[in-house]
Amino acid sequence: MLTRQWVHGWLLLMPALTFIFLFTHIPAVVTVWNSFFSTARGRRPSVFVGLDNYERLINDPVFWKVLSNNLWFALGTIPTSIALAIAMALFVNRQFLGRSLVRMAYFTPTVLPLIAVANIWLFFYTPGFGLVDQILGAFDHGQTNLLGNPDTALAAIVVVSVWKEAGFFMIFYLAALQAIPPQLAEAARIEGAGGWTIFRRITFPLMMPTTLFVSINAVINSFRLVDHIFILTAGGPDNASSLLLYYIYETSFRFWDTAYGATLTVAMLALLCLLAIGQFFLFDRRVHYK
Amino acid sequence: MTRAADRRGRSIRLERIVRDWTGTRALDRVDVTVPAGSFTALLGPSGCGKSTLLRIVAGLDAATEGRVLIGGEDVSRRPADKRDLSMVFQSYALFPHLSVAENIVFGLKTRGVRRARRQERLHRVAELLGLTPYLDRKPAALSGGQQQRVALGRAVISQRSICLMDEPLSNLDAKLRQTMRTELRALQRELGFTMLYVTHDQVEAITMADQVVLMNEGRVEQADTPEALYERPATTFSARFIGTPPMNLVPAAALGGLGGRLEAAIGHPLMIGMRPEAMRVTQASSLSMVTTEAEYLGADALVQGRIGGAPVVLRAPGHYAPAAGTVLPIALAADDLHLFDAGSGTRVQLTGLASLMALSGIPGAEPGASAPFLNHRDQ
Repeated sequence: MLTRQWVHGWLLLMPALTFIFLFTHIPAVVTVWNSFFSTARGRRPSVFVGLDNYERLINDPVFWKVLSNNLWFALGTIPTSIALAIAMALFVNRQFLGRSLVRMAYFTPTVLPLIAVANIWLFFYTPGFGLVDQILGAFDHGQTNLLGNPDTALAAIVVVSVWKEAGFFMIFYLAALQAIPPQLAEAARIEGAGGWTIFRRITFPLMMPTTLFVSINAVINSFRLVDHIFILTAGGPDNASSLLLYYIYETSFRFWDTAYGATLTVAMLALLCLLAIGQFFLFDRRVHYK
Repeated sequence: MTRAADRRGRSIRLERIVRDWTGTRALDRVDVTVPAGSFTALLGPSGCGKSTLLRIVAGLDAATEGRVLIGGEDVSRRPADKRDLSMVFQSYALFPHLSVAENIVFGLKTRGVRRARRQERLHRVAELLGLTPYLDRKPAALSGGQQQRVALGRAVISQRSICLMDEPLSNLDAKLRQTMRTELRALQRELGFTMLYVTHDQVEAITMADQVVLMNEGRVEQADTPEALYERPATTFSARFIGTPPMNLVPAAALGGLGGRLEAAIGHPLMIGMRPEAMRVTQASSLSMVTTEAEYLGADALVQGRIGGAPVVLRAPGHYAPAAGTVLPIALAADDLHLFDAGSGTRVQLTGLASLMALSGIPGAEPGASAPFLNHRDQ
């Protein structure tokens, strides 16, 4: 009887487990495994090379370039999109005419497909007749090529990402704001607190669990971004706008150096784990859970 | 807290306050005067507008029309953080992420009171309210009564001259509520601030307040001392709302001969009010009640019955349980017979009531009643 239940239990779990192993766990283990082998080329089969791939990684200037790009990208997108999300959430949390319309407008970038978003922005950035140049042109500014200039390419992508992410994060902050009883702000107001004090001492601390959740998501997203780059810059010029995942894609599927791709992937996963754990510890003392 | 005692409270005046929500009028030309340093209760059934009125005084809601004067100054347009008053919310509204100490000194901190002074006042308030052992705890780790005290501490620490309370005791159990009633009253007397207290519980209003403002459907029904409210209700609503069990109200016709004489003297139909505790069983009377059942309450008994077909309740001391169908002759003091206009429900005064009653063959009883609230359970 017990065995029968046991079998039924496993049968029910089977479909989900199959997929999770097939597409998540097995590839992850295989990736780690592959990073210790060389890439098979032509008639040369793949052989065990130990830590050779990792040695190559440490000596690879492009890796360090895309890693630092990625850190700048994270620093540029995360605080900005969170600050913007909070501001938008505070704004649409009040009563005003056309509130639903504004909420929808803020959320629209999230609903749009990534590729469409990238193409829209590609048009904005087009030198000569893009939106940016049209506006700058009104001030007699010459042509600009934001995406073609190594100094501005990454910043241009940061702007697109902030635009895309802030509306999504806003939804979480809006939910958090609506979970705070309005009496708290009223009590603070009676105690002589103005709008900024109420935000700093009541609203923001009470939204900390959301901030933790959103910031972990934001970090993961910033390392996961690859779609925009395909359309906007293809990582160029001179890797100025290439990010870690894009480099992994290029290495693995354009140059077919799968072993080195696996090594890069392991490095990225390790980094993400460290960041997530670090965030938990950093926030832990300041997050008040109900 | 000695300094607060010399700083007397400020008065509050509400002039013709109107508050319209979309389609409904929550407050309709409300006039209330709260003398400085007094304890005034806003009493009424739920939905009568008493909380809205309190929020208008606090500045959390704006009146559609009318003026709010605090200490003689028109503050109608002043925001809540500039009105210099404190408030205790029904939900306590404690800041869940701050400790008890931080909650209490929140207001002092926003006003930039120096740390040493803050600590000193915190310790005095914590001592006063018995919160000293809990200062480092978060509100979630406190019992309901303790949370209530924290809310109270936050309200009194700033020594503001006006304190508003919105049903502060309604989340406590009956026993704790009784203790807190006494404590609140003592605290208000000691600190000398003006208290405006919203409640739907007549016991709280009657036992604590100097003045009770009874509200109904957005209007002030009667504003009076607790004694006056009980002894001379201005309307049938007041008569029914105050007192447990409420005043018996019967059409004049039910009283037979007396009823006819009263209506003839006044000249229009009347409702007659008699408190259950004012009606006395006597030897012989032309006014009599036919009992239907009796309810034993311990200190006294409630006897249900009918006078001339109208249902009435009589309160008798001790274990008094007449069999159903007994005819009880009733004596009543002239002061305890309340006359109301049957149409508008307002009180009608009639001189010579005592002689009319004697003429009708109703013997007088000792006026008033044995204290109706003290020996009765809450609610």
